[in-house]
Amino acid sequence: MKGLVFALIFSVSAVADEPGLQRQQELKNMLAQDCGACHGLTLKGGLGPSLLTDALLNKSDEFLVQTILEGRKGTAMPPWKPFITEQEAFWLVQKLLKQQ
Amino acid sequence: MLKLRFLPLLTLLFCQNSQAELRATGDLGVVIERAKGSALIINTSKRSILAKIDSLGDLSHASVVFSRDQRYAFIFGRDGGLSKIDLLQDKVEKRIIQAGNSIGGAISQDGQLIAVSNYTPGGVKIFSTKTLQLVADIPAEYGENKLSKVVGLVDAPNHQFVFTLFDAGEIWVVNIKNPKTIDIKKYKNIGNQPYDALLTPDGRYYIAGLFGEQGLALLDLWNPEKGIKRILPDYGKDDEKLPVYKMPHLEGWAVAGDFMLIPAIGQHEVLVIDKRQWTLVKRIPVIGQPVFVMARPDGRHIWVNFAFPDNQNIQIIDAKTMAIVKSLTPGKAVLHMEFTPRGEEVWVSVRDENQLIVYDTESFKEKKRLPAEKPSGIFFSSRAHQLGL
Repeated sequence: MKGLVFALIFSVSAVADEPGLQRQQELKNMLAQDCGACHGLTLKGGLGPSLLTDALLNKSDEFLVQTILEGRKGTAMPPWKPFITEQEAFWLVQKLLKQQ
Repeated sequence: MLKLRFLPLLTLLFCQNSQAELRATGDLGVVIERAKGSALIINTSKRSILAKIDSLGDLSHASVVFSRDQRYAFIFGRDGGLSKIDLLQDKVEKRIIQAGNSIGGAISQDGQLIAVSNYTPGGVKIFSTKTLQLVADIPAEYGENKLSKVVGLVDAPNHQFVFTLFDAGEIWVVNIKNPKTIDIKKYKNIGNQPYDALLTPDGRYYIAGLFGEQGLALLDLWNPEKGIKRILPDYGKDDEKLPVYKMPHLEGWAVAGDFMLIPAIGQHEVLVIDKRQWTLVKRIPVIGQPVFVMARPDGRHIWVNFAFPDNQNIQIIDAKTMAIVKSLTPGKAVLHMEFTPRGEEVWVSVRDENQLIVYDTESFKEKKRLPAEKPSGIFFSSRAHQLGL
């Protein structure tokens, strides 16, 4: 019994940094549809550059999180921080870096 | 167009099967289902869905043009796919992958050629509408061996295609009267990051919107030797630029008498331009960043939809007063609007509700809802006979 409680607590804390399941769905939809408006539905690029894993590997997590939250001056990339928290941006970046 | 060519055959079929129905194409249209890579063939008189065409590739940001006889729809896909759909037989007549990443295109004045604008490799390719065989390849070269993404491709009178180079900041006018010896006239330094362009319905003015700086670049095709004129260079220059979560489109532009309405960029406004002097006469405040600003065919009302996070809304401007007369909230992610040929109704795609909504444009009342999977662009066959498309 003790072991089970421990396992439960452990698994809860392991996902505590991730957005809830419903929010994950919203973020995935946002990535495909709204980010996809410029970067393409499959994220291979459009007016904005490709967001496929290969295109992002040489960039730091911090740079990518900052780009999502603050946008990029001088380009069409807007700041998403009114809609996405830093933790959510980090989750999105991890997702982008682990595409198939 | 009726299936007149097949009339003898059809008569035979009709005798055998009294259920068989003739179909004309003048009141048909195509709706893109962007996430699934499919398209619906719809009828605007019956407000019904006739067929679904699958396996059209990546249709995020897809657009459609129609053959002169209105029998075929040509769908440009994000993946470089160009699909020729037979609206009479509900099937793909031919499909090619002509580039890595494309955005849209136009059909020539005589209906013989179709031009596609590509992001990767940056340039324009021209095909025969009949066979989809490549007729001409125009790489959008600039600087030192660089290729620019191409936006704002239109067809113009006198056998011309006109398009804009996003990365290079150039407008090119291509004469295709003899596809073997294509004549290209290039206009350079038109401005920073032109994101889209339009041709006025009379085919005279080509106007590119700029993202990287204020204003628009205007080319008068009646006086091409005069070069590019920059218009509205100062609008909103002292205002804080608001973030743009979706690039506006200039294709759905609007004219009412001497006035032209276009989406502002980085401002929650629709701009009213006097097209006699190309001066800004009014800035109409709206609820968000406008994406499409589309006039009803008679020009009386202008319907406006918006970028994220205001994309659940539509606002309607009265051309008589240049003020908003109605606001609608069709649902989450209103992506596109298309008027019936004479404008008594408008079809609206609501992506995240998986719905098409048909509105009466006089009463603004909803008339019908139809199911569609993540619908985006709506294109009616009446586009076949409009300059620029």
